[in-house]
Amino acid sequence: MNQSDFLKKVLPFKDKVFRLAKRLLISREEAEDATQELFFKLWKSKEKISDYNNIEAFAMTMTKNYCYDRLKSKQASNLTLVHTNYKEKETPLDKQVEDQDSVNLVHLLIENLPLQQKTIIQLRDIEQYDFDEICKMVAMKPVAVRVTLSRARKTIREALIKKHNYGVS
Amino acid sequence: MELANIEKLVEKYLKAETTLQDEKTLRTYFKESTVPIHLQEYAYLFNYFTNTKNETFAKTIELESKKSKKSIVNWFSIAASILLLFSILIGHQAYKRHQAKKQFEQISKGLRLLSLNLKKGEVAVSSLYVFQNTQINK
Repeated sequence: MNQSDFLKKVLPFKDKVFRLAKRLLISREEAEDATQELFFKLWKSKEKISDYNNIEAFAMTMTKNYCYDRLKSKQASNLTLVHTNYKEKETPLDKQVEDQDSVNLVHLLIENLPLQQKTIIQLRDIEQYDFDEICKMVAMKPVAVRVTLSRARKTIREALIKKHNYGVS
Repeated sequence: MELANIEKLVEKYLKAETTLQDEKTLRTYFKESTVPIHLQEYAYLFNYFTNTKNETFAKTIELESKKSKKSIVNWFSIAASILLLFSILIGHQAYKRHQAKKQFEQISKGLRLLSLNLKKGEVAVSSLYVFQNTQINK
């Protein structure tokens, strides 16, 4: 497999990898580095992956594992990944305004979910993978995936209703 | 799509029983319709999902090794540390030699001083002998 073949195969899902990395690592810069690193790794193991019929699922699994590892090592060094630790390089004004928006409230709510729920809701509700694929990516049984997903969705919904009723935002 | 249907779908959605097709229906519904107040939170949710999917990885992917630069730096640091170790060793030896030379000089200076003073004493004693001899001869 040469470089252009490889790119043809992997470029279609580069955004998905990036979005999952960003969901898990929270900071944009971290996610960009992770994406870069992951594609470099994929390229290194190009001989191996050319046999796989579903490179995308493999890449997503890799992304998940890589991000979990990163998070673990961050925790080990007592560095929690929260928004305040990072300044976004360029935060245009309209994005700051949007931050107060309810749509962005959803973003924060997802951020506060447990890691596994976060991962699955990203894979299902944003990237729209079917359950079989998600099961493979997170190495969980279908029932467990559904339960986790349902829990995540309910948590977010309840939090949204609360905000809405009290009119705090 | 009628409201009753949407309500049903939303129920199923919370239990994670909807298919991808159902979820697509929900997304389009909440994007395009005026949503009744009791379903408002779903509008936030689904519109967030729709918007988030537009985010892209803007940088170009580099397949050329970034690592090689890193490993060169690594090798440099290894070479530098070996060099440093060697120079410390050599410097230490030179210092020891210097120290020994200084000590030797100090000791020999001391001995010279001692012998000089002893000679002075000898001269004095020999003059004493001369004095004694002359007294006996008298």
